[in-house]
Amino acid sequence: MTGGTSTTAAGLAEELAAGAVTSVEVTQRHLDRIAEVDDRLHSFLHVDAEGALEQAAASDARRANGEALSPLDGIPIAVKDVLATKGLPTTCGSRILEGWVPPYDATVVARLREAGLPILGKTNMDEFAMGSSTEHSAYGPTRNPWDLDRIPGGSGGGSAAAVAAYEAPLAIGTDTGGSIRQPAAVTGSVGVKPTYGGVSRYGLVSLANSLDQAGPVTRTVLDAALLHTVIGGHDPRDSTSIDAPLPDLVGATQRGAEGDLSGVRIGVVKELGGEGYQDGVLARFQESVDLMVAAGAELVEVSCPHFVHALATYYLILPAEASSNLARFDAMRYGLRVTPEGDPSAEDVMRATREAGFGDEVKRRIILGTYALSSGYYDAYYGKAQKVRTLITRDFQQAFEHADVLLSPTAPTTAFKLGEKVDDPLAMYLNDLATIPANLSGVPGISVPSGLADEDGLPAGVQILAPAMADDRVYLVGAALEAILLDKWGGPLLDQARGLDELDHRTGTTA
Amino acid sequence: MPDSPAPGPSISRDELAHLATLARIDLSDAELDHLAPQLSVILESVASISGVADDDIPPTSHALPLTNVFRADVVVPGLTVEEALSGAPEQEEQRFKVPRILGDEQ
Repeated sequence: MTGGTSTTAAGLAEELAAGAVTSVEVTQRHLDRIAEVDDRLHSFLHVDAEGALEQAAASDARRANGEALSPLDGIPIAVKDVLATKGLPTTCGSRILEGWVPPYDATVVARLREAGLPILGKTNMDEFAMGSSTEHSAYGPTRNPWDLDRIPGGSGGGSAAAVAAYEAPLAIGTDTGGSIRQPAAVTGSVGVKPTYGGVSRYGLVSLANSLDQAGPVTRTVLDAALLHTVIGGHDPRDSTSIDAPLPDLVGATQRGAEGDLSGVRIGVVKELGGEGYQDGVLARFQESVDLMVAAGAELVEVSCPHFVHALATYYLILPAEASSNLARFDAMRYGLRVTPEGDPSAEDVMRATREAGFGDEVKRRIILGTYALSSGYYDAYYGKAQKVRTLITRDFQQAFEHADVLLSPTAPTTAFKLGEKVDDPLAMYLNDLATIPANLSGVPGISVPSGLADEDGLPAGVQILAPAMADDRVYLVGAALEAILLDKWGGPLLDQARGLDELDHRTGTTA
Repeated sequence: MPDSPAPGPSISRDELAHLATLARIDLSDAELDHLAPQLSVILESVASISGVADDDIPPTSHALPLTNVFRADVVVPGLTVEEALSGAPEQEEQRFKVPRILGDEQ
């Protein structure tokens, strides 16, 4: 069937261009799929059926006049609930923003609209993107389409689950320490964290503004490149936005998909593997490396000695920035206001509102950040962390002298059970061990599925990192690995997802 | 807060209560009991970086080197008053209405 929910965005683009299917049909099928499965998955916090169908009808009208706005015009998309959407609720997974409807669009959202993509709704996330499981969402967790008792990763578990369960062909995520890449790994999907500044942060509710970056969440590398091309590029409304053209991401992907890695130097990071990593994850990683070498890549082992300090560095810098960024939730201009009895002052109202409106993890990080920035502790903690950040960036620079891309497992384990780590912050933080260095140094990274871990049959991912501004390299190498593995598996990894069989018999599976 | 960094990386219940006040978050007794040990564990872990970098290493505040960014001073449409106030918990005469700022003793 054409226009089915398992068709890739690139496939849908061809079918729409050929007139084989309409955007209204494609959008309706995804809305039907959401209606059918989302009460069990909970990928979405808000679904805008009416708006999406209106936008789809407008897209069909444009296409009929030969005025398609972009190759993705008419292809529906899900947006993480941390990006402001005019007229659509934006909660960041928090009670403190329950019912808030922004009066403006984030630049990423504005670009989606300008390119003609109907917006299906807003996806679930850990509150203010703090977490690796979506269990810190104030509205309840999202479930993993591979096994409904397991986490879909986080913070962008909703976006990853939505594409992995065929509720949306495309989604937007944000990645501060791995929130696009780790959910991709544990759901068998693809996620890209662009170079810091490559995608505008205007209208992205800040968690840690020197680390946050929005990017594509998809089922294939080509779909990610197409989406990245729509949302990326300079934005005068974000002073940290890179004022340079995006590399040719789609072209790099197409070259990579030929599966030839001759002349590409791949560096395996010694410090990102071994202890703390699950056997099956390491086995799939080694297999991917071997396949890449067989495809012509030159293997080099690189050492990044300061990466072992990345997690600690991150958990000083992030809370410090978060405690400052989240000060804006003061109960005065938008969001929740809790007014205690008597004649409370603004400060009393603020304290009561933030107590009621923030969850445990948000409170932990704000307080940790307040501590790290306190007089007397600033130099010992925040100042030291900033120096280590420099050392981590120098490690990257040295490594990239020997290798074109760096490789590691994306996450140390496959998806764990819901509830397993929710009240053990340190255990939860370890999920981002391999993804955090890229955020600290601003370099781009992709996670592509590497296969299933032998011990539990759950998906794992390979992370490919490139130097800042060389996003095209992660697409080239990611597409090559994807092509090689698809060939080996005889089809997409998601075809093997057993939780989806539980959900139903998959509407519109065959193209 | 003490003037010099305390070597023992832990947060006591009293210290937590003080930090919560600085962060403008009321915490219940149960939350203080629950969060204080968790924060101490996290702090103990992150304190491991204290000896990693020599003093002469410059700090990085930002992923990529940044200089001041300027743009032309062009007028573009902004939010209307109604839009700007659309999320306000309370409003009056086209303004945000807020609780009293000063306490009785002030």
